[in-house]
Amino acid sequence: MNRAFDAVIIGGGILGVATAYELARAGMKNVCVLERHYLASGSTGRCGGGFRQQWSTEANTELAMDSVKRLEVLEEELGYRTEFFQGGYLILAHNEEEEKQFAKNVAMQRKLGLDVSIVDADEAVKIVPYLNKEMIRKATWCPKDGHINPFLLTQGYANAARRLGVQINLWTNVVGIMKKSDTFFVMTETGNTYQTPLLFNCAGGFSRSIGQMLNVEIPVDPYRHEILVTEPVERLWDPMVISFSVGLYARQEKSGGMVMGMGDPNEPVGTFVGSSMKFMYEMAQRFTMLFPKLDKLRIVRQWAGLYEMTADAQPILGPVEEVDNFIQASGFSGHGLMLAPAVSQILADMVVNKSRSEVVESLNVKRLYNMKDVVKEKSVV
Amino acid sequence: MKIICRCQDVTEDEIIAAIRQGATTIDEIRRLVRAGMGSCQGRTCRRLVAQIISRELKTPPAEIYPPTFRPPNRPVAFELIMSELKRQELEDGEKK
Repeated sequence: MNRAFDAVIIGGGILGVATAYELARAGMKNVCVLERHYLASGSTGRCGGGFRQQWSTEANTELAMDSVKRLEVLEEELGYRTEFFQGGYLILAHNEEEEKQFAKNVAMQRKLGLDVSIVDADEAVKIVPYLNKEMIRKATWCPKDGHINPFLLTQGYANAARRLGVQINLWTNVVGIMKKSDTFFVMTETGNTYQTPLLFNCAGGFSRSIGQMLNVEIPVDPYRHEILVTEPVERLWDPMVISFSVGLYARQEKSGGMVMGMGDPNEPVGTFVGSSMKFMYEMAQRFTMLFPKLDKLRIVRQWAGLYEMTADAQPILGPVEEVDNFIQASGFSGHGLMLAPAVSQILADMVVNKSRSEVVESLNVKRLYNMKDVVKEKSVV
Repeated sequence: MKIICRCQDVTEDEIIAAIRQGATTIDEIRRLVRAGMGSCQGRTCRRLVAQIISRELKTPPAEIYPPTFRPPNRPVAFELIMSELKRQELEDGEKK
């Protein structure tokens, strides 16, 4: 079996698979993805599936807007149905502080050309019925945000990548990496060695460990993030609804189930993804507070995945100083699925066509070493 | 046409199509075609799905990667959780 490649990508989540596809599409012949379990078995396949362009930093907003443009044509390009649906995102402001921050966000987003507006409580309830109107001061609304099925998007990218000659090796766990002159030697648990001049770290919650194999510090901390789904019910609303201060997001799947998750500020750093009773209790309280009339919905499953957080909640992109041709695409802080379509394309363009991208340069890992020019993303659940 | 997952109306052909796309585990099939994603969470179909994988890929059933089991055991309504929380609160109050 040939184990020499023009590029090797570690991680078979959305970032790894989309990057492989974009590299092949940009003309790279011999690309390989190494995934330790199956496709989207990590954070990608456990996420809420939303994509939004409403962010507080310009870098995230630009990447997200590029991603949505990409998603709008992707089903046709990949020849695969992904449940892509622009049902919008409604983000709730409950207090004066949020109202002020959101006004700032919307001004910045509109400057970048995003179709987003501030709506009052009455309008918000028209967009998302059953909301507890008393709790809402204002909301921001972008009709071109939406949600997508993460498994199908990953599989669609993977199928298309394979058609372009990409090799995707599942159940292949990377345990060590060496670099001699210009060649990376990537060693797997089963004793195989892959050789490549170009290596991508798309390992999500495990990207710090991959960096350590080459003595490169990738400051990404994984945190468990829990989520649940209810039994299918008739269509209640189209958008993803988010509240940062209640700390939850909720959307309705194509099949009718309500998917909802929340952030827990007390969650310790770690890669444990088991379920907790505490989450079920907490989620029930938060959801019924915001949607008192929907307390008869029945939970069928809860699960958990990792938010791979950076200090500013923005991704780590591009090369590192210590090791040439070791490209990072990690630390998406819970938003990898929605940024992947743009990021994968920009990174592929960068390595194949030597193009430059200001956004990628601004998100280099360097910023997190000295914490200079770091602007923290505030719009995170 | 054979229905394998009764909660989600998933047919045998759909499961075979998922295997042809590279799925080798019960979890992958659940994610791709929703077999086992309904109210019973695969209680009925997961053995059948395992049999189909075993037959299609010629792997012994014992070697098929096991699916993840998650709570709750049966569907639970939010109102039930809320009343349980209220009961616990009252109980704690009485103890004090």
